[in-house]
Amino acid sequence: MGDMDDIVKDFLVESNENLDQLDRDLVTLEKDPTAREVLASIFRTIHTIKGTSGFLGFSHLESVTHVGENLLSQLRDGRLLLNGKMTSGLLAMVDVVRRILVNIENTGQEGEGDYTSLIETLTRLQGNEKKRKKTAPVVATLPTPPADSLPEPPAVSPSPPADLPSAPPAVALSPFADPLPAPPATEELSREPVNADPASPLGEILVQAGRTSPEEVNEALKLQHDGDSRRLGEILVEKGAAKPAAVQEALQVQAEARAPALSDSNIRVDVSLLDKLMNLVGELVLARNQILQFSSTQQDTSFLNTSQRLNLITTELQEGVMKTRMQPIGNIWSKFPRVVRDLATACGKQVNIEMEGKATELDKTIIESIKDPLTHLVRNAVDHGVEMPEKRLAAGKSPEGHLLLRAFHEGGQVNIEISDDGAGIDLERVKQKALEKGLITPDQAARLSDRELLNLLFLPGFSTAEKVTNVSGRGVGLDVVKTNIEKIGGTVDIQNRVGQGTTLKIKIPLTLAIIPALIVTSAGDRYAIPQVSLLELVRLEGEQARKGIEKIHGAAVYRLRGKLLPLVNLNHELRVEESGIGSDQIVAPGGSRTFAGAGSDAQSLDFASARSKHLLWKTRLRDFLDGKGTLTMAEARSHKDCALGKWLYSSGLEQFGKLPEMQHLENLHQQFHGAVREVISLKTAGDTARSEQELVRVESLSAQIVSLLTGLERQMAELNAVNIVVLQADDRHFGMIVDEINDTEEIVVKPLGKQLKGIPTFAGATIMGDGQVALILDILGLAQLANVVSEVRDRSVGEKSAETESRRDDGESLLLLRGPDDGRMAMPLSLVARLEEFARTAVEKAEGRHVVQYRGQILPLIHLSSALTERRQGPRISGSSEPGAEDEKIQVVVYTDQGRSVGLVVDRILDIAHETVKIQKHSGRLGTLGTMVVQGRVTELLDLKGIIQTADPDFFNEVVAA
Amino acid sequence: MAGKKQFSTFVVDQLLFGVGVEKVQEVIRYQEMTRVPLAPSVVKGLINLRGQIVTAVDLRRRLGLRERAAADLPMNVVIRHEDGAVSLLVDEIGDVLEVEEEAFELPPGTLAGEARELIRGVYKLKDTLLIALDTDKMLNLVTSAARGA
Repeated sequence: MGDMDDIVKDFLVESNENLDQLDRDLVTLEKDPTAREVLASIFRTIHTIKGTSGFLGFSHLESVTHVGENLLSQLRDGRLLLNGKMTSGLLAMVDVVRRILVNIENTGQEGEGDYTSLIETLTRLQGNEKKRKKTAPVVATLPTPPADSLPEPPAVSPSPPADLPSAPPAVALSPFADPLPAPPATEELSREPVNADPASPLGEILVQAGRTSPEEVNEALKLQHDGDSRRLGEILVEKGAAKPAAVQEALQVQAEARAPALSDSNIRVDVSLLDKLMNLVGELVLARNQILQFSSTQQDTSFLNTSQRLNLITTELQEGVMKTRMQPIGNIWSKFPRVVRDLATACGKQVNIEMEGKATELDKTIIESIKDPLTHLVRNAVDHGVEMPEKRLAAGKSPEGHLLLRAFHEGGQVNIEISDDGAGIDLERVKQKALEKGLITPDQAARLSDRELLNLLFLPGFSTAEKVTNVSGRGVGLDVVKTNIEKIGGTVDIQNRVGQGTTLKIKIPLTLAIIPALIVTSAGDRYAIPQVSLLELVRLEGEQARKGIEKIHGAAVYRLRGKLLPLVNLNHELRVEESGIGSDQIVAPGGSRTFAGAGSDAQSLDFASARSKHLLWKTRLRDFLDGKGTLTMAEARSHKDCALGKWLYSSGLEQFGKLPEMQHLENLHQQFHGAVREVISLKTAGDTARSEQELVRVESLSAQIVSLLTGLERQMAELNAVNIVVLQADDRHFGMIVDEINDTEEIVVKPLGKQLKGIPTFAGATIMGDGQVALILDILGLAQLANVVSEVRDRSVGEKSAETESRRDDGESLLLLRGPDDGRMAMPLSLVARLEEFARTAVEKAEGRHVVQYRGQILPLIHLSSALTERRQGPRISGSSEPGAEDEKIQVVVYTDQGRSVGLVVDRILDIAHETVKIQKHSGRLGTLGTMVVQGRVTELLDLKGIIQTADPDFFNEVVAA
Repeated sequence: MAGKKQFSTFVVDQLLFGVGVEKVQEVIRYQEMTRVPLAPSVVKGLINLRGQIVTAVDLRRRLGLRERAAADLPMNVVIRHEDGAVSLLVDEIGDVLEVEEEAFELPPGTLAGEARELIRGVYKLKDTLLIALDTDKMLNLVTSAARGA
């Protein structure tokens, strides 16, 4: 690029802007060939370019625009009526002008293009009219008024009331001496001797221009007031108070007066300056966040007030600067009428384009990114969507196709919709093409849903176009569109109505730079989740945390108001170790890491059970001291041999030894036994009084032990709490488990360096109030990584299983077990609190029943085999129907109601199945509800409640007190 | 200035390295870093440099040297780069040295693989060798070695 004069630069900038306007104007004009203001505006633009190009020495440009100007002046004067050929010719001229301008920009020179054919065409288009002029007597005598001449207002003979304000074509008015039913060029109007105030009403303009009298105007106004619904101009002309030409002029002046008002309040600003401002505001937001954080620790009221003021001002400034970068989407859309016109003509179709929401504003950077995708989609709609006019007529539609562009703000996003009323997308063809191209297997083809088929169109290399035109159909379009839109955080969706048309919906987040976000902590680090992806927060504690998370086919899910929500563990996806209070201090049984939280459910229960052990033991101590010995002396005295001690010195310290509280516990416990020994020796010595005193100390120490254990239990329970962040990506919902949920904040999005841009889970980084860097999660990337949302091919499987899962919701989850006579039995999984395994040796006898110690409670056991005694007991293939047989472990299904539990001892737990419970045969047998088919096998459905009721009639009575 | 060049120098695992002074934006002490999960292992984390988020690359890892002891805190040499600043984590900061071009030699042929790529050459100084690093290659982390482990 050579050196450029400022003048040339300005010339290029202005001209390019004007050329865009020209495109729009010409297309508008084609629809309404008599639109005066448009014609005048077009003429002015070309005239200006011609003038300046002559001045700057661009001769090609000058000659091309000169010819165009000639044609335009004929049109403007009404001597010619615009037709399709002329429009095309003028549009061609605009393109040529553009091309030359590009040359000038690149090389400083016009280039050596040959534009003679264009010039000839444009000349010829005028030439026809020259012939016409000869037939219209009056018209021929008038020369084309050059821009700077000042003709007298032509002598006007009274003309019949024209249909104001639209001007009929010149030919029809040939009898008039006035060649122009419309006023001559605006330049002449502006040279009116009278200072007509353009902003005034029509009547005043006419009066000021001396074309009518104030009395006439008042009379006309009065008529209007009395109900005459005609326009003022019409009334005046009819009364003969003003001439049609004069009224026309006045209207012109009025129209123009309105236009310039807008442009005066605008100002041109360099985009890089705006970017700079935006950055500075971003920094200001960060600094403000820091000040706010700091101020929360301050007491000084004047400081607090000032920082609050700073906060308000920063917010407003941020909003204001963001607005400067916002541009109406109409800026991109403005090109489309031309695009559509050219394309439709090239395809031999007729397409009408409508645009709603042109004023919808987007950030400038977003506008740049979606310009090309939108253009492609619009071209697609014309090329592929809308049918040929004949086809449309045959289908009962209007021959002209309709393309509707809509834009609106919704839910923090900009929605853009491109709809056509064409033939829609033929899904069968899509399927065929996909099969042909090997994008899907025949198997998949059979299973794909409509939505998935449509999504195939977004695959690279896809196109159902019969032939590749140079317009579209190369098959490189839709996937690029989708990628570009996803790059700015948006989504694209197709809606198809076969035979009626297609709609493409695009959603884009409103702003890139400063966004509201939820801050969470995971593995000790903070992460920001853009609020636009956030749906809700769920916290599970205790029992819910244990039971709430279910596994289907190995994938964790949570039932959120009846719908299954796939779960993702952030720590797991980021492959970081779980951290948090004490996870490095706790060795889980078996050394395994648990799914949710750092503690495991068993651990909080360990403390609960330790506590109950201790309390139980203390009761026995009491007995012992009263002489009813169930304790041995050794047990009483030794801190290692009591119930608590046994636990403490085996698994207790092994698992929790590192916790400081445990040291304290040991200490207390030893003191406790020290006191017990004291009590015993005092008693033995006969000193009852002092032994009672000492007993008080024993109690107090015991109370401390109990409270310590309770505290630890609660800590573990807290660790067990599960925080689920419900998110949405690509229209799919999933839950993400994090360690902690912190706060919501407005954060400034800063891009990651090149080295880190490729990581799919992060969309950027931000600086928190305390100066630390936090990463911003890319929810879509995370979801893709976790396979919650995946590529089309996998998605079909995913959707299918999602469908199956939702079908599962209609069915029930059943627990399958082997019954006492090797038959299969089932019970609803919803009744099952837990599946446990106990060592046979753990089974104790109390009150004539078998029990086990379980979670700090005493769990009564019911043997399934005994409960179904009516069943014939044939020879068993393996196992036995009695407890105490070969197996070391027993399988127990735990049922809990109102805090009370009972365990059902079964032979073998087989599986979990999902079936719709359909009882084939009802059974009168106690303990079962009937027979059904599960997993293809005959299965008896257990009546769990009935069994429990039989075994323990009091079980379902209301629990009075804990 | 015939054949003289100024280097910003630093020590990594007792070796003296240098990059052209014009490439260095600044040198600062240890900064708290936020780790980046799933990032290449040479990326130790992100630092907040007066409001700018800068990626910190651990030179020991990048050059395939032994890991720093946990108690030792690295210093930051912030390098100007077309895509933004990047900080190199080094053990100690050295002086700015002026070296003669004549003292330059290409790396020996025996220097294997990855390191070869990152080193432009060696300047023979009076008591020691100054290893000149190629910053562009240093910051290009798409190599398999950088991504590994």
